[in-house]
Amino acid sequence: MGDYIVLAISCILVNNILLAQYLGNCPFLGTSKKMETAVGMAMAVVFVLVLAGVITWITEAFILKPFKMEYLRTVSFILVIAALVQFVEMFLKKSIPALYAGLGIFLPLITTNCAVMGVCLINVNEEYTFMQTIVTSFSYAVGFGLALILFAGVRERILLARVPKPLQDTSIGLVTAGMLSLAFFAFKGMV
Amino acid sequence: MAKSITQEFVKGLWEEIPPFRLVLGLCPVLAVTKTVENGIGMGVATTFVLVCSNILVAALRNIIPSKVRIAAFIIIIATFVTVVELLMQAYTYPLFLSLGIFIPLIVVNCIVLGRAEAFASKNGIAYSLADGLGIGIGFTLALASLGAVREVFGSGTFLGTPVFGPSFHPFSFMVEAPGAFVCLGLMLCIMNLVGKK
Repeated sequence: MGDYIVLAISCILVNNILLAQYLGNCPFLGTSKKMETAVGMAMAVVFVLVLAGVITWITEAFILKPFKMEYLRTVSFILVIAALVQFVEMFLKKSIPALYAGLGIFLPLITTNCAVMGVCLINVNEEYTFMQTIVTSFSYAVGFGLALILFAGVRERILLARVPKPLQDTSIGLVTAGMLSLAFFAFKGMV
Repeated sequence: MAKSITQEFVKGLWEEIPPFRLVLGLCPVLAVTKTVENGIGMGVATTFVLVCSNILVAALRNIIPSKVRIAAFIIIIATFVTVVELLMQAYTYPLFLSLGIFIPLIVVNCIVLGRAEAFASKNGIAYSLADGLGIGIGFTLALASLGAVREVFGSGTFLGTPVFGPSFHPFSFMVEAPGAFVCLGLMLCIMNLVGKK
């Protein structure tokens, strides 16, 4: 049990997917202008990332490994993730319309979110067990959500500040992300 | 749409240079630019995928039904990414190791899918080739310049050779994650200053 907690902390804080591993930066800058969209994106990522982590682990362990087709990993993972996102979208639309209304527009974007694909590849490269895969997928997703929501909070305040013209929008966003990343940098060496 | 092939090629180098003009595909930009060499390697790999997928998408654009086009594009891109991955593993193994998971992640680089969807699915093969090559070279230049800034200040070397005297103390902030964000943010600011329309 202790191992899992250490693993979770390392994934949420120390190796934060956005600020230390540089994965998933397009939605990080794209959906962080408003708190609402940031929360929606964070929830959608938590939801899909856990499912994608489990499914790609199963694909790797039961299909690619036994048939020695590891070189097809990239193609098969992206297909599995795309199909999964499509399926989740249809399922939510039909059975949980309230959740669909909340996550709706963010779901299709997740297919090309490199955080999802990246975590799946990390899980396979590190040869995690099934339980570890669930823990890391969930923790990375929580770390993603944490960083995104913190960043959205900061960005809403920046709207009120007088930023020099050339620095506006994405530029100041990146510098802010750098400062946030510096804060997370302090966790290095903790685990 | 009366642009010539050269114009399509040149626009990727300045007018629409990713990631400065089109803010897409930031993850590899931030992650692999610790050194110039990694930046160029990543840029060349992305250019290859971009050119090949643009050509194939343009060639098949009348055959692929529009409902499943995104899925078809992703498969085409994933195929070429696998080709690059295997080639790099065979011929440039050290680079393959230092780029790590960012090679398979070219699949989800928004630039590649973005060009396939926005350009190659509507234009002919020659135009798509020029567009892919232009954007790819622009991306490589951007990666190399960011890599140069970070390598020179972060570790005091350029392509592995020291540029400052032995008394230089590396500014290690630059090669770490926070430096990547700040550096890219400031470069965007400079681009905005220089290229105002």
